[in-house]
Amino acid sequence: MFKLEKRPFDSKTMSYCSPLIALALTLFFGGLLFASLDHNPFEALYTFFILPLSDAYGLTELGMKVGPLLLCAMGLSVCFKAKIWNIGAEGQFIMGGLGGGFMALQFLDAQSSWVLVPILLFGALSGLAWAALAALLKTRFHANEILTTIMLNYIALNALLWAVHGPLKDPEGFNFPESAMFADASILPLLHQDYRLTIAIFFGLFAMVAIWTLMSRSWLGFQIQVLGEDKAAAQYAGFKENKLVWFALLVCGALAGLAGVSEVVGPIGQLIPYISPGYGYAAIIVVFLGRMHPLGILLASMLMGLTYMGGEMVQIEMSLPKSITGLFQGMLLFFLLASDLLISYRIVKVKKDMRDNATTANSAA
Amino acid sequence: MNRLALTGICKQYPGCMANDNIDLSVARGEIHALLGENGAGKSTLMKIIYGVVKPDAGEFLWEGESIAVNGPAHARRLGIGMVFQHFSLFETLTVAENIALGLPKEQSRDMGELSARISAVSTRYGMTLDPQRFVHTLSVGEQQRVEIVRCLLQDIKLLILDEPTSVLTPQEVKGLFATLNQLASEGCSILFISHKLDEVTELCHTATILRQGKVSGHCNPQEVSSHEIARLMVGDDTPLNQDYKKVEGGKVVLDIADLNFKSDDPFACTIKKLHLKVKAGEILGIAGVAGNGQDELMRLLSGEQSTDADAIRLLNKNIGELNPVERRHLGFAFVPEERLGRGAVPDMSLEQNTLLTSAHLGLVKNGWINFEKVKKLGQIILDKYKVKSAGLSAQAKSLSGGNLQKFILGREIEQNPTLLACSHPTWGVDIGAAVLIRHALIELRDKGAAIIVVSEDIDELYQICDRLCAICDGQLSPIKNTQDVNIEQLGQWMAGQFKNSDQPAVTGDNAYV
Amino acid sequence: MDIDLITNILYATIRTGTPLILVAFGEMVCEKSGVLNLGQEGMMLMGAVVGFATAVVTGSLMIAILMAILAGICMSLLFGFLSITLVSNQVASGLALTIFGGGLSAFIGANYVGIGIDGVQPLVIPFLSDIPVIGKVFFQQDPLIYFSFFMGGLLFFVLTRTRLGLNLRAVGENPEAANSMGIHVHGIRYMAVMFGGAMAGLAGGYLSLVYTPLWSDGMTAGKGWIALALVVFASWKVGRIMLGAYLFGIASIMHLIMQGTGFEISPSLLAMMPYVATIFVLVLLSSNQSKAKLNAPMSLGVSYRPQL
Repeated sequence: MFKLEKRPFDSKTMSYCSPLIALALTLFFGGLLFASLDHNPFEALYTFFILPLSDAYGLTELGMKVGPLLLCAMGLSVCFKAKIWNIGAEGQFIMGGLGGGFMALQFLDAQSSWVLVPILLFGALSGLAWAALAALLKTRFHANEILTTIMLNYIALNALLWAVHGPLKDPEGFNFPESAMFADASILPLLHQDYRLTIAIFFGLFAMVAIWTLMSRSWLGFQIQVLGEDKAAAQYAGFKENKLVWFALLVCGALAGLAGVSEVVGPIGQLIPYISPGYGYAAIIVVFLGRMHPLGILLASMLMGLTYMGGEMVQIEMSLPKSITGLFQGMLLFFLLASDLLISYRIVKVKKDMRDNATTANSAA
Repeated sequence: MNRLALTGICKQYPGCMANDNIDLSVARGEIHALLGENGAGKSTLMKIIYGVVKPDAGEFLWEGESIAVNGPAHARRLGIGMVFQHFSLFETLTVAENIALGLPKEQSRDMGELSARISAVSTRYGMTLDPQRFVHTLSVGEQQRVEIVRCLLQDIKLLILDEPTSVLTPQEVKGLFATLNQLASEGCSILFISHKLDEVTELCHTATILRQGKVSGHCNPQEVSSHEIARLMVGDDTPLNQDYKKVEGGKVVLDIADLNFKSDDPFACTIKKLHLKVKAGEILGIAGVAGNGQDELMRLLSGEQSTDADAIRLLNKNIGELNPVERRHLGFAFVPEERLGRGAVPDMSLEQNTLLTSAHLGLVKNGWINFEKVKKLGQIILDKYKVKSAGLSAQAKSLSGGNLQKFILGREIEQNPTLLACSHPTWGVDIGAAVLIRHALIELRDKGAAIIVVSEDIDELYQICDRLCAICDGQLSPIKNTQDVNIEQLGQWMAGQFKNSDQPAVTGDNAYV
Repeated sequence: MDIDLITNILYATIRTGTPLILVAFGEMVCEKSGVLNLGQEGMMLMGAVVGFATAVVTGSLMIAILMAILAGICMSLLFGFLSITLVSNQVASGLALTIFGGGLSAFIGANYVGIGIDGVQPLVIPFLSDIPVIGKVFFQQDPLIYFSFFMGGLLFFVLTRTRLGLNLRAVGENPEAANSMGIHVHGIRYMAVMFGGAMAGLAGGYLSLVYTPLWSDGMTAGKGWIALALVVFASWKVGRIMLGAYLFGIASIMHLIMQGTGFEISPSLLAMMPYVATIFVLVLLSSNQSKAKLNAPMSLGVSYRPQL
């Protein structure tokens, strides 16, 4: 028999190993899943995880997914560090796309790339405003932010649907629920003309470095961490809780909004009903998987980006449903939470030497 | 034949041997004291007897028969009852429901009948209780009665009480002792856990003393001196407490006038018309049973809860509206009751915890942290206050209670405060650390700081405070010089018997109602 | 508005409110035991897809409903294992369950999108159903709606009148103390979590087998989350959950009411109503924080591991 025993100290090593254990378990059970669907598990895993990265095109496509994931995840990491459970990156992303897209539609005749400045700014501000709603609800009305941000996600989604079915619909678009194509000048510059990767990846990397510095060296970052670790201590030390909540949510909203607008004025090029394949939700997993550390988040967003590409790849190569992506993402998070147990507990062998009948009581262990 | 006989009981937790080869026997009708410092292994041993914790080794004889206790339900069937230090009560349930939970199903089916039994038993032992009241509306003393009555409703043979007097006023303690003596005379054995020697001398027939998980001695407390027992508890190398000289303070530093506060929290206490003055270079002690407004008062003092500007004045400056940071800039420092999870962030390093309340000492410039300065200050605290730790990078939660308290106190004192407010400075701390902490407080006093100490430990208050008062139900008793307050009077104050006495705040027609 | 329209609106209100009631009942019991399961959405989706797939494969609605319940229970056991046995953070585990359930249900359901089945038919109760208005609203409904009425009564009785209910409340209030009373904390919590899973699975099945007999990805559209808000709004009380769910039902069928009054509003804007209503409810709650604090199970969301 084995039992769990609390470690005297949390294990640092385990906290880094845990994502790897989770990945290994996901691969193992993913393989089992493929096998149960009558596919060779090794081939299938190869198709899912390796094949998408086998050429330059694949790598740039991955970069295209890492950009928005990194932006959303860095924003979320600020919130999660403060134990603000902002699930609303998805809605903030959509509002950023909607706001930025609306701005881009005002510049359909634009010739100069300078129009990107107001477009990106307005997109980021739209995301920020959406997060500000959540901040207002939390600080002023003490409404649970998990529930409000999720509701705001659904509202944002419906707002986008309403816009592309109504006011922002392309008058010459044969009644499809889509906006007009944006002007070439208002599309983000490509890194290389043969690929779809835009400079949005630099926004992500820049956000990563900026937030890293903020959280590790600034007094504001320190206060956010204390608030998350121990609210009573933050109050005792006199930190202004509401100010910190506002700050964390607004940063996240702006970054997610920037990710949203970069997506619509990037690879999409117009407003359509579905502009996010769930980046806002996947970013939650990224943050946990990356241990809330910027470098970890970078690696995790690459892995998470890969699950999107793997899903598409197995759909093309093996005609399996694309939704397998969500399954892999869910499994990763599940196994991660399970392996995290090993950070503060260890598994020990129970000596079976005494008091047999005593083990029947409190068998809750 | 003994009612209970334990031999060779061992229990190991990761990183510590909580019980090491312990022998203990309790006779029928005997009141047996179990003495020891915090962390000596008393609570673990009690939990083993009550079946909450399983021992790793050892023999358990109950009325001469070797058994293994399969959990609390089994213990209760055997006739063992336990009153925990932190009550195992359910605040949003009624007294009757709380008691029903501890009884076998057959006895709790008819709640009406159960209520009648509760009333009968509680009256018989002189502990009135209303079965229909919700527990969160009861005072701490009444809550303890619920725990005791819960045990008495069964056929009780052994009653275990874990530090039962720490939450009671001296008068309530007398009532409890009467009940316990009555029980013992009826043949019930009692295990009385304490670290207060005078109570043990008064009540108990025999005593077993634990130190660091081992039995360090057995004795008859009526025959052996307190000093000898204390030595058994702490060992030879630890200094015992000393007396400090009482002083008159200087000018008034803190002036609280007509402070009123009502919290949104339904479980909190309301502060009513509170007046107090603290002078430079003196320690003012506030006694009281937990939950009588100490927390609320301390929050109002620290600024975690703001109030009317002129209700609190520091050196003639209105500070009631200021937040904790602004108050710290004015020379205010504060040691909270909760060390982990308020005074220090458990998962953060000591370095980060140094920064927690010291940012205004030039450790932060233009929003960026100066880690060099933080380290320097942190190291000073560790060295000067003899904090045993694995260095500045150690997590706060890895420190023992005493060392963490020394760290927090050191951090606050190093800010050179004009006023230090301190909650339960030595609660749950080993005696060595307690002596150091009290000494540091006296030293700070002699440097001219005004100090407020809130504590439930009356001995400690008498030892270090220059003036004393008590808080009850959000109201403050009169304040007197320590040498002018005897323990009887302090007890009456803690029970709230000052409201119509010589309180200076009450004037006019109602003064002598 | 004429009487027929009102009858139809009330009829539809009960139908839209019922899945919320079922989930909220499950979550209430779960929260009473001190466990906050944010995975309602995931469990509902799994109930919906498994129920629907079973109905397509076997053709039996009875088996389909049982399988939906079973799917919910299996999902809840995953959550229970993580949050109770492995003492993981309940919030994170619940989120994981929702994300995982979303992915798994879309995967299972990929081949069932666009298929139609005959859903569960109403069970008309003789005589009572002939009463004007009330007859149609309360007695011409499908069996699961009658089940929700029955469940409301049963829960009220168990929670307030039985030892089991007392034990459940005790565990949610103070697990440490409950353990020292000899109550099996983990056992009770597992049972509560499984009950929550069963009800969420049933609610999912209700959506895909009764309400709109079809399967589409993410078809619960946040109902699991709304139910979470509903439980808090209802202060963990059975009657108030039912009342609240019907109010949300009305918010969800605004298009029916709008049709009746002749207004024309974009369906996307109307679809926002339940979510806006939820936020509104959360704001209302803030006005009596202290009351909410008295009603909430005191150890809600706190993991507990007995020290042995």
